[in-house]
Amino acid sequence: MNDIAKALTPNPSPDGQRGTSSGSGPAATSGKLNVERIRADFPILKSKVAGKPLVYLDNAASSQMPQPVIDRLVRYQISEHANIHRGVHHLSEVATGAYEEARRKLQRFINAREEREMIFTSGTTDAINLVMHGYGRKFIGKDDEIILTTLEHHSNIVPWQMLAEEKGAKIRVVPINDAGELFIDDYAKLFNERTKFVGVMHVSNALGTINPVKHMIDFAHARGVPVLVDGAQAAPHLPVDVQALDCDFYAFSGHKLCGPTGIGILYGKAAILERMQPFKGGGDMILSVTFEKTTYNTIPHKFEAGTPPIAAAIGLGAAVDYLSTVGMDKIAAHEIDLLNYATEQVNAMPGLRIIGTAEKKAAVLSFAIAGVHPHDVGTLLNQDGIAIRTGHHCAQPVMQRFKVPATSRASFAFYNTMAEVDALVAGIRNVQKVFA
Amino acid sequence: MADSKALYQEVILDHNKKPRNYGAVEAPTHRAEGHNPLCGDHLTLTLKVEADKLDTIAFTGESCAICKASASMMTAAVKGKAREEAETLIQEFRDMATGALDYAHQPHHLGRLTVFAGVRDLPTRVKCAILPWHTLHAALNSVASTSTEAEDDPMHAPIGDA
Repeated sequence: MNDIAKALTPNPSPDGQRGTSSGSGPAATSGKLNVERIRADFPILKSKVAGKPLVYLDNAASSQMPQPVIDRLVRYQISEHANIHRGVHHLSEVATGAYEEARRKLQRFINAREEREMIFTSGTTDAINLVMHGYGRKFIGKDDEIILTTLEHHSNIVPWQMLAEEKGAKIRVVPINDAGELFIDDYAKLFNERTKFVGVMHVSNALGTINPVKHMIDFAHARGVPVLVDGAQAAPHLPVDVQALDCDFYAFSGHKLCGPTGIGILYGKAAILERMQPFKGGGDMILSVTFEKTTYNTIPHKFEAGTPPIAAAIGLGAAVDYLSTVGMDKIAAHEIDLLNYATEQVNAMPGLRIIGTAEKKAAVLSFAIAGVHPHDVGTLLNQDGIAIRTGHHCAQPVMQRFKVPATSRASFAFYNTMAEVDALVAGIRNVQKVFA
Repeated sequence: MADSKALYQEVILDHNKKPRNYGAVEAPTHRAEGHNPLCGDHLTLTLKVEADKLDTIAFTGESCAICKASASMMTAAVKGKAREEAETLIQEFRDMATGALDYAHQPHHLGRLTVFAGVRDLPTRVKCAILPWHTLHAALNSVASTSTEAEDDPMHAPIGDA
């Protein structure tokens, strides 16, 4: 049903970087995922909650960290830490080398052409704000139009509203159908000579919809309009190739990718990044400073003012090594198996409605139980050790579209099992029993 | 960690299913809306205060079971009470829900309302239980609408001095 292969951007990377970048990790397998071996890499999955084994199904909010990433963070802190890009001493060189190596790992992970196109940010929100300030404030003016979609996370709405208010620009919104898919014909109709920018999420955090971003980018480019793709929910679940997509910007967060919090990536095409103005001023983003004139550093450093979260960046590099070793294709395939199994189970339950039934979906299952508020669902499932997210998922326009105040959302990662789906289903039955 | 299944007791589930005083008071003297933007809980409270007594009170709204049961039991508890007694209950309920009142050992007037004591161990749910009380306080103090996230949170104002 959810034929992810159709939805994926093909990964034409001929150099074989994917899946082999860090040798044979413990999770490397030749066929399907060996989920039990993978789970052994994640210490937190052995936890108990309310006396029950943890069933962690809140991966769209934040995913868990495997031991190799934890070990990398510890090793950095024990033996490599110093400030970067400054000292001539040994530790500063080691730290700088590790930080820049992490940038190259991330470059390979999304197949960017050049490492200077990879900017470390604090996360997706920071990355989008960087584009708003660096590109939007310079190139978008009065009466210009920005196209967004109903599906967007607040982080890809609010910065643009702030810009629109400041500049007198307009925001146009692509509507969605009852399945949670964009009306692509309407997208085309929104373009006019004032259209200056498109912001679209690759995968919906609230519904799981995989948007046809490649098509949308091509359409915008044919009209000379740049496109930012919010990849926060895609990078952890699908192979991403920014050259194949040809997007102008691609943003994602480390902590949804089995990495640390406080780190993320803004990919931008070098030619565009060079034309942009800096977002934050400070140390490291300059070449020279006098009170008369400051010369900015080259990209990516122009956009990395101040001491970055060095450990987090190195940890994120280790995280994408881990994911590449497991294999993003296998990760996507396993998660779709989980989603299809869960969808089948939930569809068979009376009183349940799945919200978000797009043909092409990633591993998100949003649902409503008749007569039970999502927060009661979340609290009761927690008593069974099951962690899901309940609320509006920072996507209130989506909630308004489906006329619900909130949904219950289970979101899967590659370390989840079919047995955990069964636990979720049993937990939902219990909720229905309590509220019968 | 307390067992929150204990929170979903018969009495709470019953009030959620069959809320008491559900509806609107005709020609109310006081009215307020309560809203928790974090979860979308929303309720409207109407009441008639005569001679400083809460003569009638009713509520409508969309919310989780904890909030609805709390609203239902609150209306039953304050109906017919003096305004001052209602304000005391508001303060005591809030203290119980946030853990400031050791309801098992300290004196209070909460009676059956102690079934909500379990929320103290569920920080994200405390606001669900408190919202109706919060809204009652706003209504009694002639604040037309209130939010659990409002800066001028009436619950942060001194209680009972209006």
